[in-house]
Amino acid sequence: MTKQRPNYVAGAFTSFWLVLVIAPVYVLIKASFQTQEDYTLSGPLSIPKSLTTSNYSTVVSSGFLHYFVATGIVTVAVVGIVLLLVPPVAFAIVRNQSRTVTFVFRAFLLGLAVPIQAVIVPIFFIMIKVNLYDTLIAVILPTAAFSLPLSTIIMTGSMRDITPDLYEAMSLDGANSWRVFWNMVLPLSRGGLATIIVFSALNAWNGFLFPLILTQSKSDSVFTLGLFNFQTANGIDAPAICAAVVLSIIPILLVYLFARRALIQGLMGVGGK
Amino acid sequence: MTTLAKRGRTKGSGGLKIGRPSFLWSLPAFVYFAIFALLPLGVVVWLSFTSWDAIGSPHWVGTSNWTAMFKNPELLQSFKITGILTILGIATQTPISMLLGVWASGYQKNRAILSALYFIPLLMSAIAISVVWASLLSPYFGLPHELHWLFGSALFNHGFLFSSSPAAIGVLTFVGMWQWTPFHTLIYQGGARAIPEVLYQAASIDGAGRIRQFWSITVPQLRNTMITSMVLMLAGGLTTFDTILVLTQGGPGTATTSTSYYMYLEGFKSFQFGPASVLSVMLIVVTTIVSLIAVRASGWDKMRSTQEGL
Repeated sequence: MTKQRPNYVAGAFTSFWLVLVIAPVYVLIKASFQTQEDYTLSGPLSIPKSLTTSNYSTVVSSGFLHYFVATGIVTVAVVGIVLLLVPPVAFAIVRNQSRTVTFVFRAFLLGLAVPIQAVIVPIFFIMIKVNLYDTLIAVILPTAAFSLPLSTIIMTGSMRDITPDLYEAMSLDGANSWRVFWNMVLPLSRGGLATIIVFSALNAWNGFLFPLILTQSKSDSVFTLGLFNFQTANGIDAPAICAAVVLSIIPILLVYLFARRALIQGLMGVGGK
Repeated sequence: MTTLAKRGRTKGSGGLKIGRPSFLWSLPAFVYFAIFALLPLGVVVWLSFTSWDAIGSPHWVGTSNWTAMFKNPELLQSFKITGILTILGIATQTPISMLLGVWASGYQKNRAILSALYFIPLLMSAIAISVVWASLLSPYFGLPHELHWLFGSALFNHGFLFSSSPAAIGVLTFVGMWQWTPFHTLIYQGGARAIPEVLYQAASIDGAGRIRQFWSITVPQLRNTMITSMVLMLAGGLTTFDTILVLTQGGPGTATTSTSYYMYLEGFKSFQFGPASVLSVMLIVVTTIVSLIAVRASGWDKMRSTQEGL
């Protein structure tokens, strides 16, 4: 599109945005290795006089690593539930035209816009009544439910890319729906599977509202909640807060490095054509 | 292939039915979703007619929560704040993410590298983002102190960003923009890549410049993408919560108490789950209307017919 002369306006604009995105990330990483004294005296943007890892030890000794375990359990469980439920429903949506399935698809589309905020009160109520309040299960169950709509839409999109000819070839061979699903649909929609894994893992890892209202003891605290509590308790210790944030991002960064394509391709498709 | 498929279907479609899943395949996901996302919608309507303080059982109080809420001036105030935050969010994020998305849709190497960097905020949780910006914008130890030449002006309330309502709203809008622009940039990038290259080639031959091409081809072609992105911004804006909780706590005063934050305060701080449920129902009604518009406008509901029957 812009193959002609260089576009200086676009260059200036994108550079400005780059500074806006990178500056806080620079402060975040730099401040996490800076003493609190140095940070407060010289300001967020300045080059540090000396580097220290004491912030990380402060954060770790405050029991922060414990959150890794809780968040890990939640994330793995949520991804497991999503993987179990989404591929079959997507298969049905793509290959079954009945009114029941159309209704299910529409329910998911509508569910896409049900905000978590709207259901925290009733879910809090339900979890208290079924005695799951303050357990990780209480966090896992609704978090997975709210990952379903977008995962289903991503998965259906990916399964639609399988050409009808292939389905026909399978049905001419007399394959039943299980065999079609296992031997053809699942292997051919690996891209979609990767996307929903990354997407639901990200969602679970970064989720905050359900943990905030459904758990209270420290043993059930996930990362985001720990971060929030840590900030409330140590509000002025910016370097320690930065170290806590850095620790919470590292796992996501690793996932991003390995699954960047899956995530980006999936999200890019959301806008449609 | 098409004719073969058609013939197969008119012949009673026996062969083609083999290997098609029955509706039972869709049930597990639907039942699960219904229990944890649709059933609560019913429960909250019931709770809005009860009085409950998290201990014991709710008891029926009729419509009193609703009448009290409609008389409450804080409700109107929270609607106003929510509306302002939503409109400011759409107004700031749409132009920036559209420009960045169109720019990033080019396949040049440097654009790919920069796009990967622009993506960073999307990986951070809303809490992490809010916590970092809360430190950065602290009046004594943050940027307002270090960059006094910039933040010292009256525009930024002399650096005390959280103590004046316009400045606090500005902070929330800015942090929301920082948080959400990468996501919408991706949506626009996908949309822009789907625009046929021939349109630009034809326009170039006709002598249309870059700006002309942007307004006459890119913007009209991105219409559907724009609708999708804006509806998502609308739904997101109506439920802004995490940034408010960490950055402003609804203040100064009630200047940034959005409806969802107000609901949180009523329920989980004052333990008045009746009024909180009334607010939840209102949120549900508004967002359902928004989502219906979204499904209509974006054509998502028609998507299922694109491959079938080819």
